[in-house]
Amino acid sequence: MDKLVKLRYWWFALSLLVIVPGLVSLAIFGLRLGIDFSGGALWDLQFVERAPGQLDTERIRAIFAAQGFEGALVQLTESQVDGRTVASAVVRTRSLSETDPESQRQQVLNALSAEYGRVNQQSLQTVGATVSAESTRSAVIAVIAACVVILIYLTLAFRRAPHPIRYGICAILAMIHDVLLVLGVASILGVAIGLEVDALFLTALLTVISFSVHDTIVVFDRIRENLINRRPTETFDDIVNHSIVQTLPRSVNTQLTTFFTLVALLLFGGESIRNLVLILLIGLVSGTYSSIFNASQLLVVWENREWNRWFRRSAPPGAEAPAA
Amino acid sequence: MRSRDIYSLIFILLIAGIALSIVFAPEGRWLFNRNVSIRLGLDLRGGTQVLLRAAEPVDRSVMQTAAGVIERRINALGVAESVVQLSGNDRIIVEIPGIDNPEQAIETLRGTGKLEFIDTKGEFLAPGTIVRTTGSPNPIALRPTATVTGTESITSTETISPTVPEGPIYESITDGKDLDLNSVQPPQISGQSLQNQFAVPFAFTGESARRLEQFTAANIQRPMCIVLDNQVFSCPVVQAALVGGRGEITTSTRQDAEQIYTQLKYGALPVPLQVESSRTVSASLGQGSVDASIVAGVVGLVTVALFMILFYRLPGVLATVALLLYTLISFALYQLIPVTLTLPGIAGFILSIGVAVDANVLIFARLKEELRRGRSLNASIDAAFVEAWPAIRDSSVATLITCTILFMFGNTFGVSLIKGFALTLGMGILLSLFTSMIVTRTFLHAVNPLPFAQNPWLYELKDAPGMRHVREAA
Repeated sequence: MDKLVKLRYWWFALSLLVIVPGLVSLAIFGLRLGIDFSGGALWDLQFVERAPGQLDTERIRAIFAAQGFEGALVQLTESQVDGRTVASAVVRTRSLSETDPESQRQQVLNALSAEYGRVNQQSLQTVGATVSAESTRSAVIAVIAACVVILIYLTLAFRRAPHPIRYGICAILAMIHDVLLVLGVASILGVAIGLEVDALFLTALLTVISFSVHDTIVVFDRIRENLINRRPTETFDDIVNHSIVQTLPRSVNTQLTTFFTLVALLLFGGESIRNLVLILLIGLVSGTYSSIFNASQLLVVWENREWNRWFRRSAPPGAEAPAA
Repeated sequence: MRSRDIYSLIFILLIAGIALSIVFAPEGRWLFNRNVSIRLGLDLRGGTQVLLRAAEPVDRSVMQTAAGVIERRINALGVAESVVQLSGNDRIIVEIPGIDNPEQAIETLRGTGKLEFIDTKGEFLAPGTIVRTTGSPNPIALRPTATVTGTESITSTETISPTVPEGPIYESITDGKDLDLNSVQPPQISGQSLQNQFAVPFAFTGESARRLEQFTAANIQRPMCIVLDNQVFSCPVVQAALVGGRGEITTSTRQDAEQIYTQLKYGALPVPLQVESSRTVSASLGQGSVDASIVAGVVGLVTVALFMILFYRLPGVLATVALLLYTLISFALYQLIPVTLTLPGIAGFILSIGVAVDANVLIFARLKEELRRGRSLNASIDAAFVEAWPAIRDSSVATLITCTILFMFGNTFGVSLIKGFALTLGMGILLSLFTSMIVTRTFLHAVNPLPFAQNPWLYELKDAPGMRHVREAA
């Protein structure tokens, strides 16, 4: 427990171990954008007369293609109707025609019914290009606005501590840690399980940001308090370590209660918010980790100006001087 | 117990009583007959939300006319709680909850209006009556599914309603598409009689013109009804044969004339509308989401309560009571304001349960520290709240900032789902400040004088020096 600060480079390394693969995946595969941001249509269909396993993605793709929706992405699932389990499919296509969406929809449903019997359209969402472009623009603005406002707020909140900007920047760094981690994991999950980045994903991301800052503030608040009552023998490292240990039960317990509610939502809370909850869970774990193991340790690195040491370590003394 | 705490306790009980009376209000009606039933969003009750955009550049005033036409048509559908809202300069947002075939309804809404003159065989029909005509024998408003408004009535209407609309079919004399819109002119004062009369000229072309001429020639001094989208507008008396399908509708007030003019001219939408985006959810999927949310909410609440009680013992029990009160007040507020609950909204609420206990966790951690240092229970309670406050305040503000930004972000049509999440989470943060800073504190002070409360075990401590004196004295 008294090594929380001392082992800081190990904690940083652990973070990088998760973040770097995510960033690599992000660079190679990018994010799988949902129809909110890329436009398109999402059909949630229930095949009441078919049991799970009786459907064939290729056949459904072909039916959609015959109705003018080439390249449909079909994902088979199952759902409950009157206590029976029936086959369902979530199909993503390009968006419906703006002038006559209704006949397009009817044609597809008729073609599917001809093949599979009665089809229930559970939900259908179509997003035109203008709307998705607007959503993307507002999303970018929202993320930037959130970061800026939180930085201002943190600086104000810690204005009485020495070097208030440091606290703000370290909290923001911890926040960027969480954002990068969530984006990276989302990219990996996009490849692995087809997770899509939609409006709810962004909601989860911004919530993660605020919770992460929330956790960091609690730890920083203790550091501020302990600095004021500082004993002359205590080093800055000691105070930070002491503050983390003091706030540890709280950080873990809050994490646990929120964790419980999220797991309940993940297990029972319905299909359509599952991605939201999954991202919240990942982000929350990351947020707690970064506030315990990264944010305060960064303060120590700054206080000791350890970057001077990094250069010395990587380059032997004298190497920086140009050869005569 | 100090008198301040007694007042707080009375205040809390009062709030709890009011919240209870709202949540369990009979038939969803509260004081002054205010509707306080729970409002469910389209994703939970089923329905459709559509963003319509003008197909060509138009003025805002034209869009206002279009929105008016759509609103009139929706009212003719008989759907409760529908929304027609102008968005920006060239868009209309339409929300229709709880009907069976919402896509078809939307098609009807954005279709061109149908103006007909019908032969009622001498009968006067009341304005607003929905009729079947030979030109449009199956109006959507008379279809059984269109009258369904809530989930409850679906089953009942399905069993009792006939599958074919009832009522006589009136013969259409003219076809709306034969109306020559250029001939429809603003009302003019018709100066033939002494008192002022106002006239709106119109003209039909083609087959409709021929039939109108024939009909009016044979039916002078008899009524002929003007029907717009299957809804009777008025039944004027034929004064003379309309030669060439050309005529005018006279009224005694300018207001009526203006209205007729607008109906004739813009009965058809003033501009074609395109479906830019839409979201449709079936009622059964919505019901499934409601059930799932209730299970998730109860499981979340019980788990958090168990955790708090097992970990913090007596304060945990008090915090659990405060949490129940928090849930109760949240729903009372949702129903009173009202807040329309959506799936992300419920997720925001359930998430806020976890956040709501956070303040308690912070306070209890401080409480244990103070007790360990040997302070009395009473002094420890006050110290814990004072010490924990800055952290609670700062962290709440950080989350509130994010909620505000999310809420503004949710104003963009494509991501409007987010609004519900931001709203319930933000409300939860504010409300949890009340339940943790006031309710839990009052409860702690309330149990403080009770002898059994002076037991370190109840606070998950081996020893609390400050309590020893109190117990020895007892």
